[in-house]
Amino acid sequence: MKKRDLISKRVKDIPPSGIRKFFDIIASMDGVISLGVGEPDFVTPWHIREAGIYSIEKGYTSYTSNYGLLELREEIARYLKVRHSLDYDPERELLVTVGVSEGVDLAMRAILNPGDEVIIPDPSYVSYTSCTVLAGGVSVPVPTAIENDFKVKAQDIDKRINPRTKAILLGYPNNPTGAVMDREELLKVAEVAQRHSLVVISDEVYERLVYGVEHTCFASLPGMRERTILLGGFSKAYAMTGWRLGYAAATKEIIEAMMKIHQYTIMCAPTMAQMAAIKALKEGEDQVQEMVADYDQRRRVMVKGLNDIGLTCFEPQGAFYTFPSIKSTGLSSDEFAERLLLEERVAVVPGSTFGQCGEGYVRCCYATSMAEIEEALERMGNFVKRHRTR
Amino acid sequence: MNEIFRILEQDARKTPEQIATMTGIPLAQVKETIKKAESDRTILKYKTMVNWDKLGEEQVWALAEVKVAPQRDVGFDAIAERIYRFPEVRTVYLISGTYDLAVFVVGKTMHEVAGFVSEKLAPLEGVQGTVTHFLLKRYKEDGEIVDGEEGPKRVPIMP
Repeated sequence: MKKRDLISKRVKDIPPSGIRKFFDIIASMDGVISLGVGEPDFVTPWHIREAGIYSIEKGYTSYTSNYGLLELREEIARYLKVRHSLDYDPERELLVTVGVSEGVDLAMRAILNPGDEVIIPDPSYVSYTSCTVLAGGVSVPVPTAIENDFKVKAQDIDKRINPRTKAILLGYPNNPTGAVMDREELLKVAEVAQRHSLVVISDEVYERLVYGVEHTCFASLPGMRERTILLGGFSKAYAMTGWRLGYAAATKEIIEAMMKIHQYTIMCAPTMAQMAAIKALKEGEDQVQEMVADYDQRRRVMVKGLNDIGLTCFEPQGAFYTFPSIKSTGLSSDEFAERLLLEERVAVVPGSTFGQCGEGYVRCCYATSMAEIEEALERMGNFVKRHRTR
Repeated sequence: MNEIFRILEQDARKTPEQIATMTGIPLAQVKETIKKAESDRTILKYKTMVNWDKLGEEQVWALAEVKVAPQRDVGFDAIAERIYRFPEVRTVYLISGTYDLAVFVVGKTMHEVAGFVSEKLAPLEGVQGTVTHFLLKRYKEDGEIVDGEEGPKRVPIMP
């Protein structure tokens, strides 16, 4: 009998995650300081946790509307209005998702026909390319570089557009680089999107974590609301990663299409998480600002520390990542991360995980205690001294 | 500039160099600000919070609610001063409500604290009455959860 492949070709073609092996190494070691995390080190503020607990006590344990609780959508609409002067109809233009992760998947599946191309800045968060491919699309990386603080240039996007191009995916503030786009450049990207009639998927989950600069919401740019799928979430701003909650804001047609998929795959986001998120939006602002102020202090320590030990690092203005160059060691980013872990017990994520342009860099997350940051920098300094080639 | 004090309030061991890095304020300015604050008593002192239970050293704390008669011209200040000068008294607040001064007293034994209240505090001229509450357990002290708060259980590496 002919041996049959049980796994789909599409899934097989997605390369396995490069960071898997680090799990195994860390699991076998003691005393590891991890700068490899991708989430806040704060626990969700207590009043938000308490709202989740209360909702369970009161018996909110059933499904909600496929779109999510109306009260939550109304709060999200209010938030977008106050923060970005955007008007979204909470009834039909907002969808509560299971994190921005689901939002990316829904957006891709809702808009792509087989072979459609999506332009994605490189390096970027790992799911963008995979979700594009899983939705039958083709991802087209557009390089970004340290010389431009890893901001994408509209002209580089423009160069890669052809008749198959359907969308641009922007993830700013950026994971892994911490780059934040200037309004000026975004206006140019908007012009390109307009000219070629493209959809822009804008993952703004880190929007609240910016330092000394203003975040520009892409949908708020002139003419962009009609062609933007705005993805936002609660994970980073309110330290709610484990609650798995985000939202999508777009036109009625796009949200309707995304909701079709969402209702068959997810049904609705977890009810208790939605109840907690209402509290977060209503009363969480002070905590957000406190956390941002705290991250900002650690960011400065991390950036200075990395530059002092010889790992050149541009000043990231958003998220909670630094993206230092490791070229002075002559190691590949994967080798660097593996040896650093084995020799100094510090975990970082190889830049190559996030795309070809991430090679030569590692991602160091500063959402960890100041004491750990200082200790990690000392260990990394020892490592660099040993491995420095130039 | 208040950021400097917020940092020091959380960790008095932070050096001016570290604070300068954390805030982006020039080092000379950080040093100058701290020096001035030390001299004008904006910074009262630097201290360490110790969990004496861990060291097995018994301390008895009590909150004495003190009702006093305010005096002409000086209000509560004169009697408050007479109270806070005792070394047994760690904290004195003027508060609103059913009594006037909240006085935290510390001693080695319950007997010692009770003795202080009945022999030194209560007989003071102007003190109309006291109610003493002994502290049984500390859960949270000055913003710090005594048993320590559990941190988030994070996956060590994540893209």
